[in-house]
Amino acid sequence: MNATATKAPVSSSMAVPAWRRAIINKSSWLPVVAGATLLIVMFSVAQVKFEGRFIKPGVISSLFVDNAYLIILAAGMTLVIITGGIDLSVGAVMAYTDCLAAFLLRDHFPVWVVIPMVILVGMVFGLITGILVQFFNVQPFIASLAAMFLARGLAYIAAQRQIPVDNETILGLNNNKIRFGDWYITPTVIIALVIVVIVAWTMAYSRFGRTVYAIGGGEQSAKLMGLPVARTKVLVYVISGACSGVAGVVFISYTAAGYSLNGVGTELDTIAAVVIGGTILTGGSGYVFGSLLGVLVFGGIKTFISFQGAEQSWTRIAVGVLLLAFVVVQRLIVARANRR
Amino acid sequence: MEAEPVVEVLGAQKRFTGDLALDGVNFRMFAGEVHSLMGENGAGKSTLIKAMTGALTLDAGIMRMYGEEVSFSNPGAAQRAGIGTVYQEIDLAPNLSVAENIMLGREKSRFGRVDWEHMRTAAADVLSTLGISIDPRSPLGSHSLAEQQLVAIARAIATDVKVLVLDEPTSSLDQDEVGELFRVIRELKSRGVAILFISHFLEQVYEICDRITVLRNGELIGEYLPTELLRIDLVQKMLGREASTLEVLRPRAVPTTPSGEAATLVSVRGIGRRGALQPTDLDVFEGEVLGVAGLLGSGRTQLARLLTGIDHADTGTLELRSIRRRFHNPRAALEKGVAYSSESRKTEGIIAELTVRENIALALQAQKGWMRRIPRARQQELCESWIEALDVRPKDPDRKAGTLSGGNQQKVLLARLLALAPQLLVLDEPTRGIDVGAKVEVQRLIGELAANGMTVVFISAELEEVLRVGQRIIVMRDREIVATLDPDAVTFEMLLALVAKADDGD
Repeated sequence: MNATATKAPVSSSMAVPAWRRAIINKSSWLPVVAGATLLIVMFSVAQVKFEGRFIKPGVISSLFVDNAYLIILAAGMTLVIITGGIDLSVGAVMAYTDCLAAFLLRDHFPVWVVIPMVILVGMVFGLITGILVQFFNVQPFIASLAAMFLARGLAYIAAQRQIPVDNETILGLNNNKIRFGDWYITPTVIIALVIVVIVAWTMAYSRFGRTVYAIGGGEQSAKLMGLPVARTKVLVYVISGACSGVAGVVFISYTAAGYSLNGVGTELDTIAAVVIGGTILTGGSGYVFGSLLGVLVFGGIKTFISFQGAEQSWTRIAVGVLLLAFVVVQRLIVARANRR
Repeated sequence: MEAEPVVEVLGAQKRFTGDLALDGVNFRMFAGEVHSLMGENGAGKSTLIKAMTGALTLDAGIMRMYGEEVSFSNPGAAQRAGIGTVYQEIDLAPNLSVAENIMLGREKSRFGRVDWEHMRTAAADVLSTLGISIDPRSPLGSHSLAEQQLVAIARAIATDVKVLVLDEPTSSLDQDEVGELFRVIRELKSRGVAILFISHFLEQVYEICDRITVLRNGELIGEYLPTELLRIDLVQKMLGREASTLEVLRPRAVPTTPSGEAATLVSVRGIGRRGALQPTDLDVFEGEVLGVAGLLGSGRTQLARLLTGIDHADTGTLELRSIRRRFHNPRAALEKGVAYSSESRKTEGIIAELTVRENIALALQAQKGWMRRIPRARQQELCESWIEALDVRPKDPDRKAGTLSGGNQQKVLLARLLALAPQLLVLDEPTRGIDVGAKVEVQRLIGELAANGMTVVFISAELEEVLRVGQRIIVMRDREIVATLDPDAVTFEMLLALVAKADDGD
């Protein structure tokens, strides 16, 4: 037997001071904390730059209302990314559910039929992607890309031209502002936040949620641990699809029209928000609350640019650069902490 | 008198396209016993274990638990039946907490809500019964490999486990950690758990095991009690001994310089790597076939990898033709004419998806780089001449390399390296997993190469082979060279004794 120096006995991990242990135990929250810190910094800078006009109830409330759909999409996407996969179809599925809903509403289908139906359609897309990934061994990138093309194509068929929506209930979701002084909130924001809470709870407290994390930690290991990997993997895509459906309803109440070019590029915005929010793209680590922060950062950047008065076309460029800087700084903060 | 075995496998058979991994193997385990499954690589150990733990299904044969026939379609089913496994790679989720890793999949849930408190306390209980103190809330990835392994064991026994399979549990542990592990194993033994212990460290096997089963080339050699089996006999059974009717294949003599001295091609002094090889001295003479005899774990592959630039040495120097060299990567070594053929043909050798022609031309093309493409005609010519020279079957350059048999794949790999006209060829277990006929062919080839001036380092666990092919033999054991021998002056038994380290008491 090799005679290497004797190491401390196995119980050494208990000798680490309590505060240190707390940090180690919660180390996967570090990227989220980093994101939150930078969010605060960004808002502070903006507040100073725009002489106190940035952090105002109207602006913040509007931030939530304008990005409610993105919050919902990000919640679903977080799960998919934690398993190490990706869902490129969310923008297109959202567009299709938009167009389908507008189409049906124009033909006087009742609202309480249309909404569940489009959510179901979203879930079907998710099911297709999930089955391709799990049972046909297609890479998530390709599988969801296929779903994306399918959904976008169907959206064009459903609405060759914009279909205006005048349904009171749907529009009311966005337009009924519930006011608290100068702050206001809409049903769409409530829906978004409720979804975040539900998904976060599921991730933290259900066996399904823990299995999602386990798959991200190592799919082969999760299988060998006897966890229901196949079922879970398909389910995360179904959930993402459901979120796309809900986001579609929210979006249609926001824009008051079903349009086949809705949500082009939204999947990338969603992924950006999730990554800013501290979810690692390779999987295994991430929190839905982090993704919520990510959406706020994303939306905050857009608001910042519009305050700046820059041309719309600069927004994308600025967003790209700022995102890059954001993510790099976040990684540096985390890397420094991990090196100890 | 003998109690009923907890687990019994009868007539296990499994074939992987072309390779018969298991051929009519019987195996059984009794409660409260530590049973060791022994055999070199390719013997069929992992196939048998995967079959027992539900990771694959057998082509033929039955499995019984407590006398009742069982069949597992997936690892979950085997776990539920009471078979727990701790894999060599510790297949757990490093991003989850220790408690979750122990309890996930069987945790208590109230209305679908995971009961964290219960999970934590249950995990802490299991850990404490094993005498391990680790914070259950800490992420698994924050612990050392040894601790992770103990957590893996804790997971395996957290349910009512009847059989515990430990696959190479000690390969990354130091002496203290091994002691800790053995304490846990003995604790489990006293509880009546049947333990399957797989390890290539003979001393550990003799220390902890009550029963030994030996496999070789997919066949059952026998089941023995360690008290009745000398270490030397165990090694012999693992390695086998073919009738030495084949003639000695090594060339007449090592070529010498005019002064009668053998020229040194490679000279290493004090070369070593922490955890892989003790600082070692070695001279390789030009034009010789140096046989390296040693079991798995003896450091032979590590030595080869240090010689050929695949791993970095922590200590020591290497001289090639009296010039000090430091190979930073295999490419640098190949540039100087030092080539390595890995023992893992499938993962570090053959590119299964590419054709035979592409596989053979690969290293040569890599040397030339992106811009200077070897013309198709030249590739074809090269490939055809090597197919002819090495007798690769089928003689089809456009066959996908993955469809060839093991022996022919090995020849293709040899061709690839020989196309570079190396000065030094290091072959790691080139005849492993190949049928007897092909083995002899490869051995003969090596002899021919040496006769034509090539210097070859030939590593093998099959002592017969080493004796037959080598002009000089070094024996490795416990990560160092223990002897340098003249094959004419040594018998199989002597070599066996050196490789197995038979003590006076054995």
